[in-house]
Amino acid sequence: MVGLEHYLGVAAALFVIGIFGIFLNRKNVIVILMSIELMLLAVNINLVAFSSFSGDLVGQVFTMFVLTVAAAEAAIGLAILVVFFRNRGTIDVEDANVMKG
Amino acid sequence: MVPVIILLAPLLGAVICGFLWKQIGERTGQYVSTGLLFLAAVLSWYVFLTFDGPTQHIEILRWIESGSLSADWAIRLDRLTAIMLVVVTTVSALVHLYSLGYMAHDENWAEDEPYRARFFAYLSFFTFAMLALVTSDNLVQMFFGWEGVGVASYLLIGFYYRKASANAAAIKAFVVNRIGDFGFALGIFGLFYLTDSIKFDDVFAAAPKLGTTSLHFLWSDWNAANLLGVLLFIGAMGKSAQLFLHTWLPDAMEGPTPVSALIHAATMVTAGVFLVCRMSPLYEFAPEAKNFIVIIGASTAFFAATVALVQNDIKRVIAYSTCSQLGYMFVAAGSGVYGAAMFHLFTHAFFKAMLFLGAGSVITAMHHEQDMRNYGGLRRKIPFTFAMMMIGTLAITGVGIPLTHIGFAGFLSKDAIIESVYAGGSMYGFTLLVIAACFTSFYSWRLIFMTFYGPRKGDRYAHENAKESPMVMLIPLALLALGACFAGMIWYGSFFGSEEGIAHFFNLTEGAAPGTGGIYIGEENKVLEAAHEGPVWVGLSPFIAMLIGFAMAFQFYIRRPDLPGRLAANQAPLYRFLLNKWYFDEVYDLLFVRSAKWLGNFLWKRGDGDVIDGTLNGIALGAVPFFTRLAVRMQSGYLFTYAFAMVLGIGLLLTWMTLWGGAR
Repeated sequence: MVGLEHYLGVAAALFVIGIFGIFLNRKNVIVILMSIELMLLAVNINLVAFSSFSGDLVGQVFTMFVLTVAAAEAAIGLAILVVFFRNRGTIDVEDANVMKG
Repeated sequence: MVPVIILLAPLLGAVICGFLWKQIGERTGQYVSTGLLFLAAVLSWYVFLTFDGPTQHIEILRWIESGSLSADWAIRLDRLTAIMLVVVTTVSALVHLYSLGYMAHDENWAEDEPYRARFFAYLSFFTFAMLALVTSDNLVQMFFGWEGVGVASYLLIGFYYRKASANAAAIKAFVVNRIGDFGFALGIFGLFYLTDSIKFDDVFAAAPKLGTTSLHFLWSDWNAANLLGVLLFIGAMGKSAQLFLHTWLPDAMEGPTPVSALIHAATMVTAGVFLVCRMSPLYEFAPEAKNFIVIIGASTAFFAATVALVQNDIKRVIAYSTCSQLGYMFVAAGSGVYGAAMFHLFTHAFFKAMLFLGAGSVITAMHHEQDMRNYGGLRRKIPFTFAMMMIGTLAITGVGIPLTHIGFAGFLSKDAIIESVYAGGSMYGFTLLVIAACFTSFYSWRLIFMTFYGPRKGDRYAHENAKESPMVMLIPLALLALGACFAGMIWYGSFFGSEEGIAHFFNLTEGAAPGTGGIYIGEENKVLEAAHEGPVWVGLSPFIAMLIGFAMAFQFYIRRPDLPGRLAANQAPLYRFLLNKWYFDEVYDLLFVRSAKWLGNFLWKRGDGDVIDGTLNGIALGAVPFFTRLAVRMQSGYLFTYAFAMVLGIGLLLTWMTLWGGAR
């Protein structure tokens, strides 16, 4: 029987993978975007799991909103990425250090 | 009402002359202040001659009310005040008159520069402050006057403020006086602490009790009356230029000569003597303090007289002479014969003011030459000044008929002091005073001989153009000469001569409580009686000392004018020692000025420079850049670093919240 713990375990694993995807990745900004997406999905799994566990639909409705926002965010992120590439000619994370002190 | 007018007339004169001279004209301002001073002088003589009976209190205004401290601005009118009123206003009025002539032309200022009104305003302000001092009814009011005369003295010594030496002398006078005033202030605090009042009446009433009280001060217990007596006397030492605090007085001669006559000879410097006499009820219960006064006074009289022997600046000779005569007054007060002290104060004011004004007349005649080595033979050029200086010298050296009461003012008052100190039992004081009397005679006659006799020396042009000063300067001299001739003989009985005379004059009654009369003479104090019955040789000794001094001066400066130079060459170390005023200035410079400078330099360089600036610079240039560099290194600019830090932060926060935070 697959219980709440299993869902939570998967969500946590996905979240941590997302985090490590952000700061271990040295190559590609797109990977960062994907990692953020992964973290959002992990949170969504949490929401759905708890919603089904406590028999309350609000959590699942909320997930729909989060997905929408995530889609919009991904679109904006990709747009920024395109502009960034046009300006710098690269999307390497190593090269994006204009803010260095 | 009359004392109030006397007190406020000089203040009015100062305000009118000081602030309104532009409206009424400089000349009118001078006349107004002089006129008001003469009004005050006439009224003072009226008060002095008609005053009779007990002490009067004339309240003018409520002044301080704070807790148990209460002080009214009031005039205490008793014999002591009446004497001082006469001395202060008379000398001041005559000095105002004299200054009309003396200050008319002054090469320190350009032709069109206004300085006269300022001078007269200062003089009048000084007179007001001095009158506030002598009429005060409580210690704080007296302190106000005390500081007021200090300010006026500062302003007048530094009157020629373009001369660096005048400014230095003014600052020196002020600073040295501060040391004395510190003692005076401590004395006032002590009296208030023990009697819970600063009114003279209350303090005097408590004086017998103070004689048996002990007071903890500077880590040990002292007899309250003795301690407070000494503290008050330290204030008097500063103001009256007694030994160790005397160094400012000779330098104060940087001021215009009328100032020297008024402030630094006749009035302000006698404030210390007045203070001791005023506090006589306290001193009568403070035998050790009185001994201290005798020792300091006698030492000063001797020291200043020795220095005066060799000085060449005419004003400096008279300045040291003043210092020495003030020592005489203190010796009399310390011996318990306050009448004799006031007597000498009274007569000294006349002849010393006259000597100074005469010196001013000589200096004017000689085109501001002050070195006596450049004088000589002036008696034919300025005969009137010569005659006046002669009378002043006869008075200060104490010429009179021995064993009678006929003589110049100084003869009677100085004899009174020397008889008193002998009767008081201080052989130290007696010996030094007699020797000082001999020196007094020597340096006074030396001054006369060097200035008015002998061949002309120095600038020939100055000698040929020397002429008598205008009448406005000679009349004050003549009036003061009257005092120098007759003041002693007229008031001898009242001040010193007869016990009934004194009792009537100062309103003393047998067994009365302290503070009812002008002065207080304790039950056990029989010095006055003993002085009247002293041996004949004691009465003769100052006269003989005077003759010796005169003979020596005559031998040195008239018969054998080559002797002084040869003696100075023979006794070179002694001569230099005296010429350099016992090296007091040099020792003080080494001990206090240098060390204070070193301390200031140390605090400036090490304290401010190294510690305070160093700390700030260290933080700004060392610690801040160090931490900035660390912070800069953290700003890698890479997104993943920031994300890592964020996660780490969340992790720490979560851990903390779960283990110790609100989650529990």
